[in-house]
Amino acid sequence: MPRPEVLDWLRKRFFPHMWCPGCGHGIIMHAILRALVDSGKKREETVIASGIGCSSRMPGYIDSCTIHTTHGRSLAFATGIKLANPELTIVDVMGDGDCTAIGGNHFIHACRRNIGITAVVMNNNIYGMTGGQASPTTPLGARATTAPYGAIDPPFDVCKLAQGAGATYVARATIAQPVLCEQYIKNGIANKGFSVVEIISSCHTQFGRKNNRRTPVDNLNYFKNNSVPLAKAQSMSPVDLEGKIVTGEFVKREAPEYTELYRSLVERVGGGK
Amino acid sequence: MSRKDITSGNWAVAEAMRQINPDVVAAYPITPSTDIPMKFSEFVADGLVDTNLVTVESEHSAISACLAAAVSGARVMTASSANGVALMHEIFPIAASYRAPIVFGLVNRSLGAPINIHCDHSDSMAERDSGWIHIYCEDGQEVYDTMIMAVRIAEHKDVLLPVFVCQDGFITSHCFEPVEFMDDEEVRSFIGERDPLFPLLDIDNPVAYGSLALTDYYFEIKRQQVEAMKHVERVYREVAGEFAKKTGRDYPVVDTYKTDDADHIMVIMSSAAGAAKDTVDRLREKGHKVGCLRIRLFRPFPAKAVVDALKGAKSIAVLDRAASLGAPAPLFTEIKGALYDAGIHIPANTYVYGLGGRDFFPHNAEEAFMDLINNNMSPEERYLGLRE
Ligand SMILES: Cc1ncc(C[n+]2csc(CCOP(=O)(O)OP(=O)(O)O)c2C)c(N)n1
Ligand code: SF4
Repeated sequence: MPRPEVLDWLRKRFFPHMWCPGCGHGIIMHAILRALVDSGKKREETVIASGIGCSSRMPGYIDSCTIHTTHGRSLAFATGIKLANPELTIVDVMGDGDCTAIGGNHFIHACRRNIGITAVVMNNNIYGMTGGQASPTTPLGARATTAPYGAIDPPFDVCKLAQGAGATYVARATIAQPVLCEQYIKNGIANKGFSVVEIISSCHTQFGRKNNRRTPVDNLNYFKNNSVPLAKAQSMSPVDLEGKIVTGEFVKREAPEYTELYRSLVERVGGGK
Repeated sequence: MSRKDITSGNWAVAEAMRQINPDVVAAYPITPSTDIPMKFSEFVADGLVDTNLVTVESEHSAISACLAAAVSGARVMTASSANGVALMHEIFPIAASYRAPIVFGLVNRSLGAPINIHCDHSDSMAERDSGWIHIYCEDGQEVYDTMIMAVRIAEHKDVLLPVFVCQDGFITSHCFEPVEFMDDEEVRSFIGERDPLFPLLDIDNPVAYGSLALTDYYFEIKRQQVEAMKHVERVYREVAGEFAKKTGRDYPVVDTYKTDDADHIMVIMSSAAGAAKDTVDRLREKGHKVGCLRIRLFRPFPAKAVVDALKGAKSIAVLDRAASLGAPAPLFTEIKGALYDAGIHIPANTYVYGLGGRDFFPHNAEEAFMDLINNNMSPEERYLGLRE
C-alpha cells in the first residue's frame, strides 16, 4: 500500500495501472514519490519525464507535471524543460532499453553537460514492453526472445557509463532495498547537476520466465542474495564479484551545473541590460 | 508441394523471410511488427537460415545496417512500424537513391501523438515521397506472397529500388488465418540468387556510394530515380504474372471487385477492403450497382489501372486511413489527379476512417455508399466512425 503522504501524488483515475502484478517498477515509483515528498517538493514544480516502455508508463500515474515522450528521447525533452525553467525539479524515468539503447546518445550527453536532472534508470535487463528482447544490459548468457540460447553481447554497466560520461551523482540499489532506493533518489534530487540512480528492477514476465526467476519473489530473493554493498565489494576479487550487483553511491562530486553556466554566460555576454 | 497452415500476418512475413533466407536482417522491436524479427530470430538461432541477424540499438541503426549490407551486394530484409519507421526516415531516401533493393515488412501503425499502437496508415503515408515502392496488402496470404514477389521486383535491374510491403497492424499482423505456403525450393527458385550491380564489396572494381552532388548533378540523379519508378509497373506485372502461373494467386496492381458495371465505387486500401466488399454484396442484393476498388500498388501510383476501373462510375468514394492535415487525404489526392489527367470528371467524396485503430465496420462502408447512392456529394472531407 502506498504511504499516505504520497496519495496526493497519484493520478488514481488512471488506475488500475498496466504493470503486471509484481512488476518491480511499482516499487520504484513508490520510492520516487517518497523521495519527492520527503524533499519537500511541490507537485506543480516537479516534472516527471519519460520515453516509451513499461517503465515509461510511470508519469501517467503521477499527478505532477508529466510528459510521456518518444522511445529514448526523454532526456532531450527534459533538457529543453530544464533550460526553459531551471527552477523546476525534473525526474526522468527510463528503462534500460530507453536509456542505453535507442537513447544512449542523449544519456551520455546529459551526463557530460551535468544538467540538473535526476535520471532514474529502471534496469530490468530486458525490453519488457515489446516482449522480452535482449537489451544492452542483458547479462551475458541470459536468455531473451532475440537470444534464445543466451546473450553474447557484453552488457553495459549503467553506473560506469554515467561516471565515465561525467554525471556528478551516480548510485545503484535494487528493488529489494526500497529504503535505499528512496535515499539515493533523494540524494540525486539534492545534487545540483546530473544524477543517475540505477535501480535494478524485475520483469518476471519477460525476463524471469526465461531465466529461472519466474515469480516476483524469485526476483527479490535473487537480488537479496546477489547484492554486495560497495564497501564490501572493494575488498572482493573480480572473480568473487562476477554476477554480483554492487550497490552504493559511486560518484558524489561537485561540478558546475549546466543551466547555471548557461545563465552566467548570458549575463557575461548579454551586455548586462 | 505447398502446405496450408494457420498463421498471423507477422508470422507469414517471418516464414517468407525464412524461405528467402536473406544474407542480412537488422531490426529493432516495435509493436505491432515485433513478432517478425522475433520469430525470425528463432529461425536464426535454430540454424534454419544462414542470415546474419543484427539486433541493433535503434531503427535508425537497423535501416543503416540494412542499407550498407544491400549496397555491399547482400540480400537484405527488415521490418518496423510507426515511430520506428519515422526514425528511419533519414535513411529511406538515401536507400532509394543508392538503388538498394531492401524488402521491408511494414506493419502499419499510427504515428503519435497521442501515443497509440493501433493501425492507420500515417506511418507509411509519411514516406510516400521517399522513393520506395509501396504495396498494401489485404490479408496474411497476400502479405506472404507479396514478400516473395517483392524480392524479385526490388532486385530487377530495371528497378533496383527498396520495397515496403504494408499490412494493417494487429488487424492483419496479429490475426490468425489460413495461409498457403510455397515449398522452400519453389521460393528459392522463384527469387533466384541476387546478382548485384556495382556492389561495394567488389574489390576489383571499387565504387563510391554517398558522393556529393550539388547543383551540378543532384537533379540528374533524382531524374534517374523517376525513370526507375516508371519501370516498376511493367516489372511488377511480369513478376506477378509468373507468380500467378506458379501458385494460381493473382495480384494485379489494383484489385477490382464488381466494378465493371458499377455506378458507385468505393476506393480503399488494405484490410478494410474486406468490410467494403462485404457491403458491396449486401447492397447489390438490394439492387444497388456498387463496387470496390482496392489499391495494392500505391508507389508508383498505377494511374492508368485506376482510371480504367473508375471511368464508368457515376460517383466514387475514396477512403483514406490517414489524414493529410491541411490538404486532402493522400489516396483521394492521387485518385483525383489520375482522373483529372485522363480528362474524366466523376463526382467524388472523400472519407477518413480508422485513425488510431478505430474499427471500420460494414455499416461505416454502407454509410459512404449510401451517400453516393443518395447523391449526397461534396468536396468536404468526411469522417467514418468518428464521434463529433
Ligand atoms: C522509435 C521506437 N522504436 C521502438 C519502439 C518500441 N518499444 C517500445 S518500449 C521498447 C523497449 C522498452 O524497454 P525498456 O526501455 O528497457 O523498458 P521496459 O519496458 O523494460 O520497462 C521498445 C523497443 C518505440 N516505441 N519507438
Ligand atoms: S512486462 Fe515486465 S516490465 Fe512490463 S509490466 Fe510486466 S513485469 Fe513489468
